[in-house]
Amino acid sequence: MSELSVRHLLGIKYLNEADIELIFETADNFKEVINRPIKKVPSLRDITIANIFFESSTRTKLSFELAEKRLSADVINFSASQSSVKKGETLIDTVNNILSMKVDMVVMRHPNPGAGIFLSKHVEAAIINAGDGAHEHPTQALLDSYSIREKLGDVAGKKVVIVGDILHSRVALSNIFALKLQGAQVKVCGPGTLLPKYIESLGVEVETDLRTALDWCDVANMLRIQKERLDISYFPTTREYTQQFGVNKALLDDLDKEIVIMHPGPINRGVEITSDVADSKQSIILNQVENGVAIRMAVMYLLASKIK
Amino acid sequence: MALIPWQSILIQNYLGRIPYFCPSKVSMLKPMGQKVLLSSKEINIILHRLACQLLENHLDFKNTVLIGLQPRGTYVAQRLYKILKEEYGVKHIEIGFLDITFYRDDFRRGDKTLSATETTIDFLVEDKKVVLIDDVLYTGRSIRAALTAIQSFGRPSEIELLTLIDRRFSRHLPIQPNYRGRQVDAINDEKVKVLWQENDGEDAIYLVGR
Repeated sequence: MSELSVRHLLGIKYLNEADIELIFETADNFKEVINRPIKKVPSLRDITIANIFFESSTRTKLSFELAEKRLSADVINFSASQSSVKKGETLIDTVNNILSMKVDMVVMRHPNPGAGIFLSKHVEAAIINAGDGAHEHPTQALLDSYSIREKLGDVAGKKVVIVGDILHSRVALSNIFALKLQGAQVKVCGPGTLLPKYIESLGVEVETDLRTALDWCDVANMLRIQKERLDISYFPTTREYTQQFGVNKALLDDLDKEIVIMHPGPINRGVEITSDVADSKQSIILNQVENGVAIRMAVMYLLASKIK
Repeated sequence: MALIPWQSILIQNYLGRIPYFCPSKVSMLKPMGQKVLLSSKEINIILHRLACQLLENHLDFKNTVLIGLQPRGTYVAQRLYKILKEEYGVKHIEIGFLDITFYRDDFRRGDKTLSATETTIDFLVEDKKVVLIDDVLYTGRSIRAALTAIQSFGRPSEIELLTLIDRRFSRHLPIQPNYRGRQVDAINDEKVKVLWQENDGEDAIYLVGR
């Protein structure tokens, strides 16, 4: 009978190895639950959860909402685009107004790094960070590691390369923290302009040649080129990016081993990976989505058990 | 015909109705001491009787499934399964293990997070007769949770309850077993500890004073 060391899930940085193990063990049970004819348990029936999204999202929001409903929680949804935020309300005011309706837990996505941490210091509810700018996206990193563990048996000792826009990616940062914590070896690979300075200080290696990285790795996590975040030109053209950092079937077949392909979605088909790679049996992209619901159920169940 | 005392005890024992009289025996317990309720041999005899009672009601187990409750009811279920198959030649019995953690009514009411264990039910219980199996029936709350949990796998035609130990007079809910191994009267401060060879190194049931 163990419990999480934290009250909020703000980032992987604040978790320890035992927390991750506990989340994975709990997710194993929820994965069985969501494959039953009736996929619902009554655990959180007296908990109300607000999904507050200040930035657009489809998959994460759907996944959280489904997880909440599978746990029998009451759910309210809030999108910044249709709200008083447009009228100039501050973040604390917005959230406190929602909390005065007796909400126990807040799932928040926000464009500013650290928004969740800020909020956790000012409001009572348990906060789950569903992405804060280019900072962290902890549930995505958890479901990525969980999917690797499911496919390869263990994360420890595995070689993982994260390919693409490391500079703007919260998925990359959370993944690096999570993978290192579990004892995996991590490399990042991408155009020099999209690799942050001092990234080595996180204990990862930098590789600018995709072929070398793929030859080395067991798992390649292909990040999306986030056109909406690229304020200036970091590489000449998308076509050139694809030629240097895109994965296609011919490249995969040329390797002397079968590596696992992951992608946090949404895929730009033909940019980071081609369609035949995305739909191949080496790809675990759809398993990641399924595991996302189980992981989020586990996180919310474990955090809710700390709400008294 | 009048029965001499030891005969009547034997008969009542067979019916599983002779209670373990606590008031006289508890006073003999030292603080923190433990008392053997059932030995390995007695457990074996009781399991065989329960298997026979199940056979009597379900014959070939064509439409009956055994569901052991996690964590400790699974040992009872597996023993019964083995006896029915190996000693009474029942060809096919479906057995599953159900974890009830997510259905418990004390979530967020204790200090500790409730940790779940594995559920393994790879069949539907729709229109089946379900026998829920647990080691100790105490407050009845686990069984209440199990009755809800089992519905996730379909609508059973009938649900029965089998417990190895039935702690009388301690129920919080109107739940009674259909098959009981041994009825025990124990005060609330005492704990019934069931040990199994495959997990704890011996088959034995103890009454532990606190």
